[in-house]
Order: sequence, then C-alpha cells, then structure tokens
Amino acid sequence: MYPSLKHDTSLLELSGITKQFGGVSALCEVSLHIRHGEIYGLIGPNGAGKTTLFNILTGLYQADRGQFTFNNIKYNGNSKPHVLARAGIARTFQNIRLFSNMTILENVMVGRHLRTHSGVWGALTRNATARSEEKATIEYACSLLSYVGINRPYQTLAKNLSYGEQRRLEIARALATEPKILALDEPVAGMNATETANLKELLQTIRAKGITILLIEHDVKFILNLCDRLAVLNHGKKIAEGQPEAIRCNPEVIEAYLGVDPVPPSRCI
Amino acid sequence: MIRPWLGIVIIAIVLMILPFFTDALFGRGWVRIIDFAMLYIMLALGLNIVVGYAGLLDLGYIAFFAVGAYCYALLNSPQLGLHLPFWIVLPLGALLACIFGVLLGAPTLRLRGDYLAIVTLGFGEIIRIFLNNLNAPINITNGPQGISMIDPIHIGEISLNKTYEIFGLVFSPVHLHYYLFLGFTLLVIVISLRLQDSRIGRAWVALREDEIAAKAMGISAAKIKLLAFAMGATFGGLAGGLFAGFQGFVSPESFSLTESITVLCMVVLGGMGNIRGVLLGGMLLVALPEALRHGSGPAQQLLFGKTLVDPESLRMLLFGLTLIIVMLWKPAGLWPSNQRKSELTANTGTIARAQQDS
Repeated sequence: MYPSLKHDTSLLELSGITKQFGGVSALCEVSLHIRHGEIYGLIGPNGAGKTTLFNILTGLYQADRGQFTFNNIKYNGNSKPHVLARAGIARTFQNIRLFSNMTILENVMVGRHLRTHSGVWGALTRNATARSEEKATIEYACSLLSYVGINRPYQTLAKNLSYGEQRRLEIARALATEPKILALDEPVAGMNATETANLKELLQTIRAKGITILLIEHDVKFILNLCDRLAVLNHGKKIAEGQPEAIRCNPEVIEAYLGVDPVPPSRCI
Repeated sequence: MIRPWLGIVIIAIVLMILPFFTDALFGRGWVRIIDFAMLYIMLALGLNIVVGYAGLLDLGYIAFFAVGAYCYALLNSPQLGLHLPFWIVLPLGALLACIFGVLLGAPTLRLRGDYLAIVTLGFGEIIRIFLNNLNAPINITNGPQGISMIDPIHIGEISLNKTYEIFGLVFSPVHLHYYLFLGFTLLVIVISLRLQDSRIGRAWVALREDEIAAKAMGISAAKIKLLAFAMGATFGGLAGGLFAGFQGFVSPESFSLTESITVLCMVVLGGMGNIRGVLLGGMLLVALPEALRHGSGPAQQLLFGKTLVDPESLRMLLFGLTLIIVMLWKPAGLWPSNQRKSELTANTGTIARAQQDS
C-alpha cells in the first residue's frame, strides 16, 4: 500500500517490560516489536495494561524491569517524559488532557516547545531570532490545525471545542512535537460513526507522511480495519500478536474477550 | 493606528502629573500611599508569575521581598558599615532573591497544591524568624529592632531624600520615589507581558493547566518551574530593595505571613494570570484600607455623632467583607484573563497581523 515506507526495519522494540502496582501485576514480561511506518494496534479487555504500557513508553511511569529500543537508542524504562518526547514519542490521552483554558493555537504551540529554543532572554528582548522562531511556531501550529481539520477561530479556548475536535486537537498537539511514533490512547472512544470514519482517514494520511502509529482501541471493527498488525494484552500479558486476520480467529483472544464456550467454536471476534 | 498611540500618550501624561494632582487634592500622604501601591504591584506581578502563570501556590512569597530589603539594608547602612551604590545593591538584592527562589523551588518540585502551599508558608516563616534571630552570636540583622538609618537612594547627584525645585515645581522625596518606582513598575509590567506571550510563558500556563500533558509534550517540568520561582523571586527582591531605600528602615515585622497573604489577595482579587487584573487588584488593596482608615471615622461622626467602632479595626472588618463579596460575585477575579469573547470574532485577522508585525 505504501511501498516507499521501510516496513521491514524496526522502530520500537520492547523487551520484557514488567510493571507492578503493589501486588497487582499490570504488565508482565511484555515484548513488542513495531516497524517503521506501520499502524500497530494494541487491544485487550479493560485492565489489561494497555495504558500502563503507554505510560511507560512516554516516561510517566517507570518500568520495574525490561527495556525498550526506540530508533536504535536503548531506554531502560525510567527515562524522563521530556527526554522520550524529544526522542520522538508523542501521545494522546484516554481521557482527553488538553490545556483547557488556553486557545487552540496555544495548545498546538506548546507542542512546539521542544523543537524551539528561545528562553527568557529571547522573550525579554524579542530579538530577531526569537521573533522569527515565534512566527514559525505560529505558522506551524496554524497549518497543523487545518491539517487535522479544525476550522475554528484560533482564539477559541480548547475547552469550547466539541468532543471530536478535542481529540483532533490532541493529535495536532502531539504532531507538533514532530514525532517518529504517535501513540494514541483510544482515539475514537465516544465518537459517532462519521467522526470515526474521518479520524480513520486522518490517521491514514498521518501514516502516509511516514509517522508510525501505535493505537489502543476498544472499537474492534475500527482497529481490525486500520491496523497492519496488532497485539492483544490480557492481565498484563501479551497473548497474541500478528495480522488482524490471524488475531480475529485466535482462540485465546476470543476467550479473553468473550469467555470460554462449552461447545468448541468456529467463530471470530 | 492613531488611537492606541493617543491612549498611551494620555496614560503617560496622567502618570506624570498624578503625584502633583494627588498632592494638591488629597495631601502628600496619598502620594506616599501610591508609592507603596507600586511596590505592592511589583510584588503582585512577581507572584502572578508563580501563582497566576505556573499555578504554584506560594504562601511565603514575602520572604523574597525580605531578602531584597535586607540585602539593600545591610549593604547600605551603618549596620555593617557598608555604603554601596544603588545601582549595584539593587540588582544584587534581586539576584540574591532569585537564588533564594531557586533554593525554595528545587526541593518542592514534586509538590503541588496544598502541600506546596504549606512548604512555602514554612519557608516564608523561616526567613522571617532567621531575620528576627540573627543578632546573636554575631549581630548581622540587628534582630527584632531591625536596621535603621538606611542610606536613601542616590542616582548620580540626585538624592531621592531631598526636595528639589525645578521650574517652580516642588519635587519632594515622595514625588522623586514615585518616578523611580513608576519606572521600575513599568519595567516589571513589560517583562511580565513579554514573558506571557513567549515560549516560556506558554510552558508555564501549560504546566498549570495539566502537568502530565505538559510533560508528555516535552516540557521539562523541573526547569520550567524553577524558572517561574526564580523570575517571581527576582521581582520580589527588586521591590524589597526599593522598599528598604524608600522606608529607610527594615524590621522582620514587615515580612509577616499577613503580607504574603495580602499580595496573594491582590493576585486573586484582580484575576490570576492577567496583568491588568493584577494591577487593578494591587491598587485596590492598597487604596481601599487607606480610604477606609481615613473615611470610616468621619463617616461615623456624621451618621451617629460619635465614633462607635475604632476606625482601625473597622477598616479591617470592611476590608474582609469586601473581599468576601468580590469573591462571591466574581470568583475568577475582577478582571479575569480569559475574557476573550470579544477577540473570538476578530481572531484570524489578529493572528495574520501578528505575523506581519513580527
């Protein structure tokens, strides 16, 4: 489909990631392997550890054990969030976390923080460097807003956007960090069919730009249609990994989602 | 393009003649009150960076004011026998306050909300108690008696403590300090405004709005928070130095928790994070108690024929009542920052213009 992309090279490789909360094992020896330019899905029942995995990848949680390699650099699971963001991992949140009282433009401009450099001196003197950087930041943010399809006045406060637009704004903000991988935590949760279809289109154009997408989603139809490959987590363990077709009919996955059928089934989720 | 300039010119003229106008109309005491109002505005603008922008509740902010004031007092009085020039001592005081800001900030980076408030409150008290007790074994701060006979501010040949007459206009010390403080207040306002619309300012607000999201967007929370503490403390130290030079006397009493709370009230009452609101809050909270002090006695005489309640205690009562009423009716402050409704309509043009201008 996208022959120009290097589907064979690995971008993110997790090995043996383990995380416990007290006695609860949220993640147990999880290893994943995500290639350049693919859309990789992560599914599993509630409490399977998907969001925990995201939090470790983005530095919000520290892993107890395990490590991951991202873009050929090794991280041992306790790097700071801003270090990982700088390396090129950007994310959105399951329960939207925008800067609600900032304008939509400012929200995206904050995403440019780590790709810009002017400090207090630049702010106070407004020298040529700081001014041109600010101008470039505004232009970049404006173009991202229209790219994700938010056609609102730039001064609109983020909290005044519709739900679907807020999800898109979060994506725009994440894209502003120029990520290599975009990690989306349930991007279509609570969206209607049209919004879902539009978002799917957006994700495909993002991937076409060469950005790898890692996706947590409960909408099985959405994820099976969109993803190149996916992994299934259950109780903190990876129970399956592969192409959507294989996952659909994997008995362990069906069991995790639907329970055991007394009569051996020949069905798919 | 004419109107904004006209506005600035009118404001400039008003600010230039304000002390003479006030002097003639209300007496010299009120010019002094305006001078103090500007010191408080500088403090409030500094605290606004910490509380308003970065959302870090600091209840010990007056400590930085104290550091600046004592720095000035020690280096410019018979206490240590040092008499350094104003232009060295003032930046030094601001720098020292900045260092104290970082010292307070560094261990409290992980704290938020109530916990941070308690630690900063403790910090403010520690500084005050230190100043109160540093008279033994070596007398540094002269303890509760404070440091007196601080040299007045000298700028070149002009001593701000003398009266000058230029073209028939009498410039008394309060007038001279007025112009000096006005200059510094404007400087602090410009710095605040420029920081607000910058990469750093956005990072502060982002941290206030959602720390986790801000971190995930690559903002180094530790660095940016320390920067907020340092900038806020610098303004506090600057105001402290000016205070010591103006007052000629400092004692630990001037830096109590009540003062921290007064400055915080200015920020909250005016509207957190909004410079215009903070200016309004600062002016109101200095002028209102004074007006009540002078007004409540005569008003009682007029109404009841005698003074029923001591004007001094009545003024604090009314002051508290005013604060409660304002907070009930305008919980976001008198002039909150997010009144962007008017901008919503004409926004695209504004951005385009901003781009052309820059």
